[in-house]
Amino acid sequence: MFFSIAVYFALAIFGAGLLYKVLTWFRSSITIGSSEIPFLKRVLSTLGGILLTLFSVKIFTLLKVFILDVVLNRRILKEDFLRWLMHMSISGGFVLLLLMHALGRYTSAAFFADYSSTINPFFFLRDLFGALVLAGVAIAIYRRFILRIPRLFTNVRDHYAIIIVIVILLSGIALEGVKITSHTIYQQMVKDYAGLDDAQELRSLEAYWAREFGVVSPEVKGPFDAGTIAQGRELHSMNCAACHAKAQWAFTGYGVARIIRPFASGLDKLNAPGLLWYIHIFACLIGLAYLPFSKMFHIIASPVSLLANAVMEQGKSAPAAIATRQMMELDACTHCGACTVRCSVAAALEQIPNINILPSEKIIAIKALASNRELTTKELKAIQEGVYLCTNCYRCTVVCPVGINLQELWFHVRELLLQKGMPELSLLSPLSFYRSLMREEIGHKDYQKPLLKARKVIADRGDVQKGTPKAQVLPLPRRDGEFKGRLSLSAQASTFSVCFGCQACTNACPVVAYYDNPQEHLGLLPHQIMHACALGIRGLAFGANMLWDCLTCYQCQEQCPQGVCVTDVLYELKNCIVASVGEQTGRAVRKR
Amino acid sequence: MKRFALFLGCTIPARLTHYDSASRAVLEALDVRAVDIKAFNCCGYPLRNIDFKAFVQLSARNLALAEQKGLPIMALCQCCFGSLKKAQHLLKEDGSLRTEVNAVLAKEGLHYGGGVEVRHLLQVLHHEVGIKAITKRIARRFAGLKVAAHYGCHVLRPSTVVQFDDPVSPTIFDELVAATGAVSVAWQRRLECCGAPLRGVNDELSLALTKQKLEDAQGAGADYLCVACPFCQIQFDTVQGSMPSKGGKDHQLPCLLYPQLLGLCMGIDKKALGLEANQVPIQGIEGFLAQGRKKREASPPEDRGEEHREGAQRAGAKG
Repeated sequence: MFFSIAVYFALAIFGAGLLYKVLTWFRSSITIGSSEIPFLKRVLSTLGGILLTLFSVKIFTLLKVFILDVVLNRRILKEDFLRWLMHMSISGGFVLLLLMHALGRYTSAAFFADYSSTINPFFFLRDLFGALVLAGVAIAIYRRFILRIPRLFTNVRDHYAIIIVIVILLSGIALEGVKITSHTIYQQMVKDYAGLDDAQELRSLEAYWAREFGVVSPEVKGPFDAGTIAQGRELHSMNCAACHAKAQWAFTGYGVARIIRPFASGLDKLNAPGLLWYIHIFACLIGLAYLPFSKMFHIIASPVSLLANAVMEQGKSAPAAIATRQMMELDACTHCGACTVRCSVAAALEQIPNINILPSEKIIAIKALASNRELTTKELKAIQEGVYLCTNCYRCTVVCPVGINLQELWFHVRELLLQKGMPELSLLSPLSFYRSLMREEIGHKDYQKPLLKARKVIADRGDVQKGTPKAQVLPLPRRDGEFKGRLSLSAQASTFSVCFGCQACTNACPVVAYYDNPQEHLGLLPHQIMHACALGIRGLAFGANMLWDCLTCYQCQEQCPQGVCVTDVLYELKNCIVASVGEQTGRAVRKR
Repeated sequence: MKRFALFLGCTIPARLTHYDSASRAVLEALDVRAVDIKAFNCCGYPLRNIDFKAFVQLSARNLALAEQKGLPIMALCQCCFGSLKKAQHLLKEDGSLRTEVNAVLAKEGLHYGGGVEVRHLLQVLHHEVGIKAITKRIARRFAGLKVAAHYGCHVLRPSTVVQFDDPVSPTIFDELVAATGAVSVAWQRRLECCGAPLRGVNDELSLALTKQKLEDAQGAGADYLCVACPFCQIQFDTVQGSMPSKGGKDHQLPCLLYPQLLGLCMGIDKKALGLEANQVPIQGIEGFLAQGRKKREASPPEDRGEEHREGAQRAGAKG
């Protein structure tokens, strides 16, 4: 009665959680241009897409992906054998335990007419599957806590996932162990299954079980004579053997039984089997009820992600369906860190301490973003910088074991955040190359706005000189005594001091050459920037558009007769601006 | 057989896979072994505007990985090459920077001691394989084909750091083009930037500079542009392909990657060369080969060697 109520209660929470989660896939969105699509259209569009796929040749693709990627974890195997072994052990072992052991009454009993959990092969298999899961968990612990892969982070959700599996497994094995030794349970079995009344016969059987099955009996103590054992064996084969294999077959539980042997009687008196049963069942039910809210939800979302990504195509699938898929993908992530391990820029974290650079952590930030939780400007800026510090190399997407189209996710979140109007100076770097290739998808207005914003923030920081001021009183530019000294990231940067203003750099610059009136567009020209640095006029040097319109082609530097590293000085000025604007807008100050 | 750690960078595997496959095919045929180091990351180039140390750190990690394997690096990208070279130079010059970077690398058991050679594909072909060996492997030569070779900024400059070739009058690429039988035309803007570094930052300016270069190469009579850098290729191919055409006339100047040009002469599988992957079609270039073949088929077999020698001489004369 209590058991049934608990099971139904857990199932109800699980069901409600599942429904809630799946509904969020249709309600929220992080896909550009999808915020206006109504809920109903999202649902219909997605369902329509699924139906169309199921009744097309794509069904074969789905089947293939299901077998190779969902069941056999092919994508994990491609990246890392140890992780594949870990996941196959845990997932395989757990699913088999679920089917054969937890749902044994419905599944195993349906297939095998004489099913009983205490006979072989079921008796042995239960322990084998359990041992498999434990081996997998051991690998997981080794990987997360001993191997210490650089930049692989383990969070509360990862801990929970490992702990819940361990508790379920260990309580189950311990339960089996104490049951093997338990005299109470032995007596119950004799009462239920062996119709014996004779005291001598009962003692013989008990002696046999104590010797052969590990039962710890307070009444019969060895050593036993051969006659008693022979009688016990005979009684056993008549009454018990049909439904109970030797306890040794349950090797994990038997191992525990051997260890606890000295205090088995005490444990039995304390009703340890009953207590462990509650722990085991509660752990299972908590695992079930909390599943939709934990990392374990990937059991449901990851196969969906793998299947959806195998058949959906950018540009062909409906935008409403893509918006739904992207939300679902956030739940499919297992925080395994494969993306971060292979990320092209992950190592930059060592110098730019923003955890959102790492793809595996970006996903967590995006989850927070998608949950419509109020985020502070600082948090949003950190996410924006993190998603922008990406070379769009696709490696994360290629290696994701659950097939999440991470690259596409970054692209959408990036544009979504940029449209919020927070300045992002990383836009003014070759990282924007990809953004420009995707220009059509962004739309002209949305494309230019963040670029102008970034330029404006810089212009506000410096004294911008446009054109040649005529008939104007020139204000005396502010000098910053320390400025010169600060240009010292690299040895080359200080070379500006030997500039004698010959303009060879400016004459060699293809950007300067392109404009009829270069100063109007570029502010200061290369030689003027060198001069401004030498004079310590920070505002002028910082305000020059020339810095950001520099091709970094090194023509200027190559031509300089004085060995001034012109291009490198420009690089250094840009670095200084990025750092100072970062400080001003409340971004975490970088360590230097 | 010379072995190199192939440094693909971020752009080639994501957007220009045929540069990868074409290079591998050509290198294999020329007995150069390209070894993959999976743990390589970004060269740091895109971060140079943003954070100096982050750039050096990323570059240094690659150098350390190659050093660990005891292999020289071969880059296919001008910007990767330039950045790796630059970082190498900085780490050599600045002891405190080297200590700081190595302290971070030590966290993952890496160390950069300065013993890695960084090469560009063009250097490997020119210096390690050699024009002579390449000419020997060529099956069909181009005839009457005019190619504008575009070096790309970051292999040439800063010359004291990259030490690729003469920064004012480089010849490596021209000699490699000449080895295929094609004529490497002289054009005024050949050493200038393709415009790609400003793509995404100032598209208007980026495109204008690209157009200038295309017009200049066309003006010099080039039939094709030839590059050896993914950024240059995307700029001259993908971006050019998306430019609105003038008056419906085909004014485009197709651009191909050097391994494609060389691979065609070497009779390498066209699938590996990825000729269809180009946005502005380059299939027409095979027409120049067909003429070459006819000519060669017409001549008696013993003349073949003669032709090869001639080709080598011509290539040598160019240099």
